[in-house]
Amino acid sequence: MAKMTRRKLLAAAGATTAVAGTTALAGTGNVFGQEATPASKHRYNFKDISPRELIHRRHLPNVDLITQEGKKVRFYDDLVKDRRVVIQFMFARCEEVCPVITHHLAEVQKMLNGRVGRDIFFYSITLSPEEDTPKDLQAFAKMHGAGWTFLTGKPDDILRLRKSLGFFYNNPKEDANRNNHSGMILVGTEPLMRWAMCQGGADPEWIATVIRTEADSPFIGSVGGVTQADPTVRKK
Amino acid sequence: MISISKRNGRREREYQQALNNRLELVKAGFTRRDLIKMGLMTGAGVLIPKVGLTHAYGAYHGDDCDLGNSPQPAQVFVDPMPIPPELPSRPLSDPGLLFGAPPQICPNNAPNPNNNNLPFEGRGQFNGLVRAGSDCFQFFNQYPPQKYFVERIRSNPNFRITSDTNIPAQLIWGYNLGGTLATDVGTFPGPTIVSRYQEPWLIRRFNELPTQSQNGGFGVPEMSTHLHNFHSAPESDGGPCRWFFRGQYFDYYFTAQQAGFASTHSPNGDINESLSTMWYHDHRIDHTAENTYKGLEGFHLIFNQYDTGNEATGFHLPTYPTYDIPIILTDKLLDPSTGKICFDTFNFKGLLGDVQLANGIVQPYLNVNKRRYRFRVLNGGPSRFYELFLTDPLSPSTVIPFWVIGNDGNLLPKPIQVTSFRLSVAERYDIIIDFNQVKSLIGSHTKVRLENRLEQKDGQGPECNVFAGGDPEGTYCVEFRIGAAVADGSVNPATQPSFYTLPSVVAPRITRNFNFDRDNGQWVINDKFANCNEIRFTVTQNSVENWVIINPRDDWQHPIHIHMEEHQILSRVNSGGRHDSHSGDRYGDRGDCNFGGGGGGISTTRPGVPNVEVSRKDVTRLQFDEDATLFFRFRDFQGDYPMHCHNTVHEDHAMMLLFDVRPGVIDNDTEP
Repeated sequence: MAKMTRRKLLAAAGATTAVAGTTALAGTGNVFGQEATPASKHRYNFKDISPRELIHRRHLPNVDLITQEGKKVRFYDDLVKDRRVVIQFMFARCEEVCPVITHHLAEVQKMLNGRVGRDIFFYSITLSPEEDTPKDLQAFAKMHGAGWTFLTGKPDDILRLRKSLGFFYNNPKEDANRNNHSGMILVGTEPLMRWAMCQGGADPEWIATVIRTEADSPFIGSVGGVTQADPTVRKK
Repeated sequence: MISISKRNGRREREYQQALNNRLELVKAGFTRRDLIKMGLMTGAGVLIPKVGLTHAYGAYHGDDCDLGNSPQPAQVFVDPMPIPPELPSRPLSDPGLLFGAPPQICPNNAPNPNNNNLPFEGRGQFNGLVRAGSDCFQFFNQYPPQKYFVERIRSNPNFRITSDTNIPAQLIWGYNLGGTLATDVGTFPGPTIVSRYQEPWLIRRFNELPTQSQNGGFGVPEMSTHLHNFHSAPESDGGPCRWFFRGQYFDYYFTAQQAGFASTHSPNGDINESLSTMWYHDHRIDHTAENTYKGLEGFHLIFNQYDTGNEATGFHLPTYPTYDIPIILTDKLLDPSTGKICFDTFNFKGLLGDVQLANGIVQPYLNVNKRRYRFRVLNGGPSRFYELFLTDPLSPSTVIPFWVIGNDGNLLPKPIQVTSFRLSVAERYDIIIDFNQVKSLIGSHTKVRLENRLEQKDGQGPECNVFAGGDPEGTYCVEFRIGAAVADGSVNPATQPSFYTLPSVVAPRITRNFNFDRDNGQWVINDKFANCNEIRFTVTQNSVENWVIINPRDDWQHPIHIHMEEHQILSRVNSGGRHDSHSGDRYGDRGDCNFGGGGGGISTTRPGVPNVEVSRKDVTRLQFDEDATLFFRFRDFQGDYPMHCHNTVHEDHAMMLLFDVRPGVIDNDTEP
């Protein structure tokens, strides 16, 4: 049932022609006239859930991950919540895309002048949890002079994380190509519900500019003296 | 029970059918709850017909903000289609125009002590940083502004997309009518701005949005407002890198002259470059899709001595605003948990909605008289392609012709009769519908609907399939209810009146090629990435170029928009077989899905170009595996402009480049 689409459903029930071209009917007591007021009988059980919480539930799962130092962490609680983050996917044996992008990020780290690990957190997550051990990730990070957190975990968790963060393709063949998930970089400020993507292949100067802009611009400018407060953006 | 009058016998039958359908569905094993969750049935037990939920083709994910999950109003075609109010012009003494300083040629970058010493004006900033001495208005003294406008960009937490109180009020961001009162809130669509050629105007926009954390889940309160299609200088164009902060204002000034005014057709430009239907929208780099989705879109119409807005004069086109009506189509998702408009900021392939709005209201109706109307139909994005037909809901196979008179902002040389037109994001069509004629085709009843029959399953692009009229997978966008006959002084398109002549096409100085592709999940143009700080190439001011825009893929389509001056499509060639230029893999294979011309035919002189696209354009749909050759002039202004994909999700991720227009610079890079 979960996979049933509306089209299949309509086809299954032969409902297509019968309902075509009608206007929806109202509920009890409603005169079904041209100018009818909608019935108040259909009720959705809408809940008062904050948009931040919805983003958390849908896109930022609290999966268990392991850092290159072998430390166990939870993705949402420990890495993303209340933070400014930069997230990308890679794999240690990657020969085409990841070395370039990791190199770019290492340049960006220098350009951000000590902010990485202080108020902006970089995470590189492996696309090959089956083969990338924490040691492999450590070696990869060292080789590229990458001074931030690399992560592996259970394959199912990594897959869920990747899809939740939007790194997937509808086409299975395209989705299976790990290089296709290695190019884009997610830049977010979780408590502010501000998310953007930038391209890892771009000039590092520009990547640094995007990250800086995403991090700082919400705090510039005020209307009627109201500025964006920064109490919830967690630093180190 | 439902009270049904005798006059509603037909409806009673439909109702009975709906109940029968429900019983059949229940028999087939679908529970009531499943149907409600899938949006196919209301809580009152009534099956929602095709008009209520459409394109629910994607996978069913339960309670995500995703296609097929949106709660739907109980009824559609119960709310009238709103017509956006016209933005009033203001005297120069208006407090909004005096704030900081009256409008001036060079940006007012003086520090505002009440805004952390940020410059009063955001003009002169580039990607958030002041570039001292930049962005002074070009041609300001030659064409001093005669009309002034103000808009304040504000949030509105009480915006309703339907009168159905079960669907909650929405938080939108919009442009207001320029006033300071708290009641003058942002609206969607924004107020329609109306100007006239040779009456230069200036508009001051204030960014009065709430803080970032008050965005309701998406939206970034840094603004750049692009006047889409006008021949504008970069400092007033509202490009992606010229955004401004909360508490700042930004003056946009326009010469109101046709292209060529400072070159080939001094001093007022080439009359045949006149525009009619433009729109304005947010263009903040990396965040355009969410910001426009949040409501930052509106129409801008411009008239002149021929397209006058009065059917008694000029080209005799239906009188504005009574018989000349703009319609912006947008498709939204509603959050199944909260009923609020939701936007997936983690989607970078393209976003489809399953709640269809026209002028901000779910599937509205419009009362019309039995006469000719001009509609200006705009696709407000973010990712859907439409092929729009007129459908008699009681006899969906009836063919109902109408007239295309304009493509994008431009009147065609002559009206072309069609049965449909295809609309990618940001494209516009001006159409004439003669409801007198329509009435004679649909018989005794009075309703005809604007229907989208193009199949689309995801944000990548359309499928090849155009549904039959009334197919449950199609979408009825607007219902026209035909009333009494009234006087009609507008020109009959069947008499083939002439509008503007197409500007001549001459040999280009250079032909450049642009390959719009995807590289490891990143959008690229000629294998390079978007960057505000990189000008990709320079065009010689007042020169003529051909650009070949290339789509090597058969699973994506891109509406390509080029700022500065318009283009003409010289040819559309399908170069099938290239597919993914990087891996050589064939991914989509959606086949040959080119728009067939909508009954208006294909040009005999421009290969593959539908007759309705033999026009000036500012957005060209780049179809599967297609090479489209575009002809440009680059006149009058200097400075940097973007070319980008107007699937706003692709644009944000970041299918864009900047080029520069400079006098005397010769850049012969053919693949910049």
